[in-house]
Amino acid sequence: MGLLSFLFGKSADLLPLPSGSFTVDCDGRVLASTLPHSYPTAFAQDIATEVLTAFKAARDARIPLAEMMIRYSSLKLTARELRGGAIIFLTPQTLSSQTK
Amino acid sequence: MADRPKILLLDDDQDLLDLYKEILSQLPSRPEIFTSTNGPRALAMMDAEPFTVLVCDLNMPKMDGLQVLSIVRRKLPELRTVVLTSIIDEQFRSRVYGLGVDLYWQKPGTGEEIKQFLDCIESLLGREAHKGGFRGVQSKSLVDIIQLECLSQNSLVLKIINGPLEGRIWIQNGEVIDAATDELGSEEAFRRILSWRAGNFESLAPDPSRPRTIMNSYQGLLLETAQAADEAVVQKDGTTSFTKKSSSPLATLARYPGVEFILVLKPGADKKFDARGLENPQPVAEWGRNTLEQFRSLGDRLRAGPLHEMDGLGPQRHVSLAPYENRDFCVGWQHSLSSEQLGEAMKKLLTLWAS
Repeated sequence: MGLLSFLFGKSADLLPLPSGSFTVDCDGRVLASTLPHSYPTAFAQDIATEVLTAFKAARDARIPLAEMMIRYSSLKLTARELRGGAIIFLTPQTLSSQTK
Repeated sequence: MADRPKILLLDDDQDLLDLYKEILSQLPSRPEIFTSTNGPRALAMMDAEPFTVLVCDLNMPKMDGLQVLSIVRRKLPELRTVVLTSIIDEQFRSRVYGLGVDLYWQKPGTGEEIKQFLDCIESLLGREAHKGGFRGVQSKSLVDIIQLECLSQNSLVLKIINGPLEGRIWIQNGEVIDAATDELGSEEAFRRILSWRAGNFESLAPDPSRPRTIMNSYQGLLLETAQAADEAVVQKDGTTSFTKKSSSPLATLARYPGVEFILVLKPGADKKFDARGLENPQPVAEWGRNTLEQFRSLGDRLRAGPLHEMDGLGPQRHVSLAPYENRDFCVGWQHSLSSEQLGEAMKKLLTLWAS
């Protein structure tokens, strides 16, 4: 282990992709969350900011959206607009979830 | 009784094995059905006695279906093999066909699917290995395959798969009688299928009840299709003033069922784009470009991998954004589509673009 840590360093910045949901108000403040405690709040805040910006930009471009699904190769974000704020679901993607 | 064909079923789910055993034993050829819940046991059984068909699941513990199939292909090249799986991934399908498997079937869910599956197995059982013939894996053009089947006066249904696109060509006694894709039928579907660059095909059992909609001979059809392809090349080269019959690829995509508008956002600082179906596409193009960029960057920060697609559901219309072949696509969809249909429709649209 000592040798491996020496060769590859510590994996402190490798976080497991989270599974859960959280709600944010119109200012992007996290109100409630079921995300693991280990998942940094800053990341949830970051997601919320981008999602709220995208909702607003869509309204401005005259394509109002009530829900967004953002699919990455290993994570799916589902965001529903909620009275100016949003509820956001995070689902890690596995082979089985992609083939369903 | 000695002539009864033998089927070996391999699946790790005993309940499913029992169900398939019951269903397959009702086939007209009255096959003997054997079962195994794991790969090593199935291989031992095939070593001990000859089988006509192996029906194999893919996702199994210890030794998966792909491993079993690759061993079977080397040891028993004459054995007919069928994959029956719940995995509907195109990569798996290609890998399985690459192993020389006769059929790749998604586990049937409806009565109609079960009937089709049984027809195919019965058709495989009918093609006995000791009658001779060569089998192997080779890439052939669709034109070659159709010519071969028609010249041999065969009756069958060719199922052709090009990514998420699927088409079928009905051949009856050496004549092409009908064709269908998701949105087209008859000769138009035939021409569309032949325009696909690559894919996989399966020979399904013939369907004599299919009404004939194509009256042209197969030679005539293939000739017309080849001419149309030549004309398309001439148009692309721009070396002749040939009158254009078909419209641009973007116009074709804009006519795809459910599409309200489409924008193709080109890379580069000048932010050029092509659009169809929007009076004022500039704000939508800008939104699409910015939103994709924003979520790409978020994906990098979250280490979630590359962005595949963003779908938005709205009260008036839905919208999809997706990067594809060095371009970004922004498509507006009719509100009636569900979120599942949206993802599927977007995949098909992008495959059409590639075709």
